[in-house]
Amino acid sequence: MSSSLPQNEQALENRVKPKRKSAIATFFSNLSRSWTGLIGFIIIMTLIVISLIGQWITPFDPYFAEFSKKLLPPMTEGHLLGTDQLGRDIFSRIILGARVSVIIGLATALIAGLIGTIIGIIAGFFRGWIDIILMRIVDVTLSFPFILLVLVINAIIGAGLRNIIISLAVGGWVIFARVIRSEVLALREKEFITACIATGVSRFEILIKHIVPNLFTPIIILASLQIGTYIIAEASISFLGFGVAPPTPAWGNMLNEGKDYIFSSWWLITFPGLAIVITALGVNLFGDWLRDTLDPELKGE
Amino acid sequence: MEAKTLLEIKNLKKYFEISQGMFKEKINVRAVDDISFSVREGETFALVGESGCGKSTTGRTILRLTDPTDGQIVFKGKNIEKLPYNQMRALRNRMQMVFQDPYASLNPKKTIRQILMEPLRVHNKFPREERLEKINNMLKIVGLSEEHLDRYPHEFSGGQRQRIGIARAVILQPDFIIADEPVSALDVSVQSQVINLMLDLQEEFGLTYLFISHDLSVIEHMTDRVAVMYLGKIVEVADTEELFANPRHPYTQALISAVPISHPDEEKERIILTGDVPSPANPPSGCSFHTRCPFAMDICRKVEPVSKEFSNGHKANCHLYTDSENKEEKEYAINHS
Repeated sequence: MSSSLPQNEQALENRVKPKRKSAIATFFSNLSRSWTGLIGFIIIMTLIVISLIGQWITPFDPYFAEFSKKLLPPMTEGHLLGTDQLGRDIFSRIILGARVSVIIGLATALIAGLIGTIIGIIAGFFRGWIDIILMRIVDVTLSFPFILLVLVINAIIGAGLRNIIISLAVGGWVIFARVIRSEVLALREKEFITACIATGVSRFEILIKHIVPNLFTPIIILASLQIGTYIIAEASISFLGFGVAPPTPAWGNMLNEGKDYIFSSWWLITFPGLAIVITALGVNLFGDWLRDTLDPELKGE
Repeated sequence: MEAKTLLEIKNLKKYFEISQGMFKEKINVRAVDDISFSVREGETFALVGESGCGKSTTGRTILRLTDPTDGQIVFKGKNIEKLPYNQMRALRNRMQMVFQDPYASLNPKKTIRQILMEPLRVHNKFPREERLEKINNMLKIVGLSEEHLDRYPHEFSGGQRQRIGIARAVILQPDFIIADEPVSALDVSVQSQVINLMLDLQEEFGLTYLFISHDLSVIEHMTDRVAVMYLGKIVEVADTEELFANPRHPYTQALISAVPISHPDEEKERIILTGDVPSPANPPSGCSFHTRCPFAMDICRKVEPVSKEFSNGHKANCHLYTDSENKEEKEYAINHS
């Protein structure tokens, strides 16, 4: 039998390889079939590239204020989208502002997702009093409007990029906890988990090896949808004067600074606003596509 | 001839509590209500009954996949009904289960290699280097090959998956396997394949089966003894041949009369039961079958029948056969049925 092994392995290789496309190829062939998903993906990739190389591609110094050139309308003197009340180039500031949005969206989703997932797993797997306590905390947190809660936390711990991520994560983990808990509850009743118990797998291994791997799909879907919420929330908070400190360009505080000129110089708030809309749209389109692709059961929800 | 008893169930009960709301009393659903039977080494013991009669719950309770409400489970002379999870774990390499739905009982995210390796790893069976070879052997026995090792469950058909499920149960070389309707989710053409595989494995490894099914023709084909369940209770136990030749309990008679005949010329009287199965949350008084029994008498509504032994382990719980004062009434009931 051992002599025939290499041959069989060869056969295995030949038979399996053409059948199974690589994960990346599958991803793109799925993506190309949905134009909404493709648009979302392009927007996200553009945003990420801009936030990575933004400081080298800005046509003007986004911090440089030149009062003689303030409030120039778009397409004048080389300023593609005009200048703001201090004479800074809006296009350059939008490009640099993308970084704040991307950092906040990703970092918050990571932190909130991690905390929420761990708490959701604990609540769903162990049930009992710990589930009751954790879920009441979630209920209380959910009973506050998200923005209000984030504002209050932000007002307590102070402004700044780090603090805004912290306050968004404190407000945002509950949704992850809720969803992951219900996923875990559904999974533990599945027959393959019962089969694990019958096999004699320890409870810890059932959790780590059988339940957690089945949670990746809902976590990715939820995170991709939540990123859009976080970006909008950050813009709202910056608009209200909390959040990212003024000299740093962020789309939210650009809106805030420009709102006084809304009737005289519309371009001050129109373009950062458009940036926010397009970003949120892109993230949501991509998130929706991801959900439909990874979890066909959820389609249409 | 009398083989050793492998598993003994004494007065096993499993009640599920259903909450009716905060201030209302909880309702007990008697899924398994005071059943006793024993399984001998090397035999195939069948539990048969219509859906909802508690046969699957019985199987799951024996393997402690749910905790029994009351009663004893004696496996190889050891009481296991109260063992904590981790002690029970050590025993699980001696008793395994084949599940009903092969589409749900395999983790979709694991390859066949991982699925079959897990029991060996958990119970530290065989030296590490030999495990893959054992898996390959087992795959061959169930009619798959090592080409399938790195595939995922969704790449297989229902029959193949069920054979993987059987391989997972058998690879630990247990003494006892509970098969919970292992073929009812499969096409008829595949059913016989899986059943014959199970019979081959029994011969090869000396397995004892507790075979749970509602399919009487399957049971007639492959089991040695049968217990008929109705509404959480065992109403009749007998050797398979004896049961099919000479059913005593009216429920068993009705069940057997419902098996499709194999030839159109064959004459057979069909007993048709009227009414529905009563709810196990609110079982009838006396004999639980009296609401549908064609021979029901007064005593059936009041007193629960006790087990009566006929011959060679053939037992039935029915007032028709117990000695009591209203003998004439019984004879009347039998004669005028």
